Amino acid sequence: MSLELKNVEKKVGIETHIYSTNLKLEKNTINVLLGSTLAGKTTLMQIMAGLDKPTSGEIWFNGENVTGKEVQKRNVSMVYQQFINYPNFTVFENIASPLKITGVKTDQIKERVGKVAELLKLSAMLNKKPDELSGGQQQRTALARALVKDSDLILLDEPLANLDFKLREELREELPKLFEDRDCIVVYATTEPLDALMIGGNTATLLEGNVIQYGKTLNVYNKPENLTSAKVFSDPPMNIAEIIKSGEIFKIKDNNVQWKSNLKIKDGDYKIGIRPHNITTYKEGNNSVEINGKVLITELSGSESLIHFTNGKLNWVSLSNGIQQKNIGEITKLFMNVDEFLYFDSNNRLVANG
Amino acid sequence: MNKTPNQKAWLFVIPVFALVAFNAVVPLMTVVNYSFQETFGSNVFQWEGTRWFKEILHSERFHASLGRQFIFTFIILLIQLPLGIAIALTMPKKGWGVPVCLILMSMPLLIPWNVVGAMWNIFALPDIGFLGNSLNSLGFDYNFTQQSGDAWFTTILMDVWHWTSLVVLLSYAGLNSIQPAYYQAAEIDGASRWDIFRYIELPKMKKVLTLAILLRFMDSFMIYTEPFVLTGGGPGNATNFLSLDLVKMALGQFDLGPAAAMSLIYFLIVLLMCWVFYSLMMKDEGRT
Repeated sequence: MSLELKNVEKKVGIETHIYSTNLKLEKNTINVLLGSTLAGKTTLMQIMAGLDKPTSGEIWFNGENVTGKEVQKRNVSMVYQQFINYPNFTVFENIASPLKITGVKTDQIKERVGKVAELLKLSAMLNKKPDELSGGQQQRTALARALVKDSDLILLDEPLANLDFKLREELREELPKLFEDRDCIVVYATTEPLDALMIGGNTATLLEGNVIQYGKTLNVYNKPENLTSAKVFSDPPMNIAEIIKSGEIFKIKDNNVQWKSNLKIKDGDYKIGIRPHNITTYKEGNNSVEINGKVLITELSGSESLIHFTNGKLNWVSLSNGIQQKNIGEITKLFMNVDEFLYFDSNNRLVANG
Repeated sequence: MNKTPNQKAWLFVIPVFALVAFNAVVPLMTVVNYSFQETFGSNVFQWEGTRWFKEILHSERFHASLGRQFIFTFIILLIQLPLGIAIALTMPKKGWGVPVCLILMSMPLLIPWNVVGAMWNIFALPDIGFLGNSLNSLGFDYNFTQQSGDAWFTTILMDVWHWTSLVVLLSYAGLNSIQPAYYQAAEIDGASRWDIFRYIELPKMKKVLTLAILLRFMDSFMIYTEPFVLTGGGPGNATNFLSLDLVKMALGQFDLGPAAAMSLIYFLIVLLMCWVFYSLMMKDEGRT
């Protein structure tokens, strides 16, 4: 089983929503579409589901061309950011609805709904209506509706975005387990890099209608093919600077911060990308470089501290563990972990890491 | 913290009190006053107790116009609600068609009521009116000034023309507030168009439809101007609805006492019906 997009393109009027995209999703995988709002995640999902037709290109499912095949005739489920349930159905009737339409027998419906409800901790609320439930329970009901029929393709469009922090954490942990032993392809759209890392599987980074990179999630995170992919997959935003390499010396342009490395790349101009957590108020790793930062603002979350700072023309963010209280305007010493640097060439392609 | 008593706040309430007193309480009390007395010229009154109320409640004339009123309102609701929802469903949701439809739909609502009556009177005249003349030349024996059936038909048609837009606009607003994801989810489930209407659109429109029913009930139950201009209650008493009858009694026959008693009963019926409707339709809402 596989889902393949071949040169899929979507235009609405003169605007292009999805630029020519090739993507092959394999059976039994969870695939994260990672990108900010308007990156084209939802459009791509609707094309995969058959809710929307591509302007050009083809969609193949299991070796069959399904371009233009109606969604009703495909075996698809979808969960949305908004909690979508039938308003005057009980939780039981809601979960049962996709089965009833396909004509499954009553006793079988009961059994399957019971199972899914158990899995999603809804057994106690089967007789309630959606508006009597909390947001988390409503979304669980929607998830149960998606899981109850044995879909070949399950699409989750930012399903956790409207939940509060606690519930989001909880459900995010459960989600990958729900799909573990199912024979289907799962696609999960999110704006948050953390979601992608926690869910694992594969990740496709998206920007403005382009699929930038697709591969194993950790691979995409550790070795982004290019600067764009690295930027999409970094929150807080990645710190970027132009550097000059000559021999073993790497030096940030218009700045006196420099370090040594025996990376085997040609001398010349490069860009580095440093994730915020690789700039800390304490030394980490075996190779670190000092950088002085003039503190703009410090954001404390309790377990972590974000320090926004400037140095010359650089306007960067650092992320350290614990509470690191700094005063605005204070000059503070920070350490960058050289082993975690990402080097990009003039075409923004990754040439080396570490 | 200690609260200091400050009675100045009453000063701010006085204007509202005065306003409400002048436009509601005082006129209502005058009516109440009339309803218990026999009124003669030159301000001579005689106490009658509950006599007028008893008379009205037992009068065949009142029963007849009340019956006519209920039938009229019932038919109006039966036509306008489904028709209004159906029109709202077929209206476009985006593009240039939206403003065009909205303006077309608002037009009838913007026309003064007596103008609507006059328009339809001329429109339906059997000899020169477009409607009346066309019907007659098609072979129908149509004359709304002489045949009660025709008079009812015309009155109902006029009301449908005038007020269905209100239901349309309310339903349209209700439909537009449904997120597109609902339709997609139903499509994925394989739901039919009827399922979508029955299980998504109708429940989501419940609140605006409640409002539509209430407004259309009250308005049609108190209809006056349009039938007054169109038929004047005729032929005979065929379209003599409650408020027409009330005005005839009060200003035509100058029976102020019975008319006052009748308007109080009328008022109580409207109030009661609205309350019954509202509590029936809001029965399930308390839980949210």
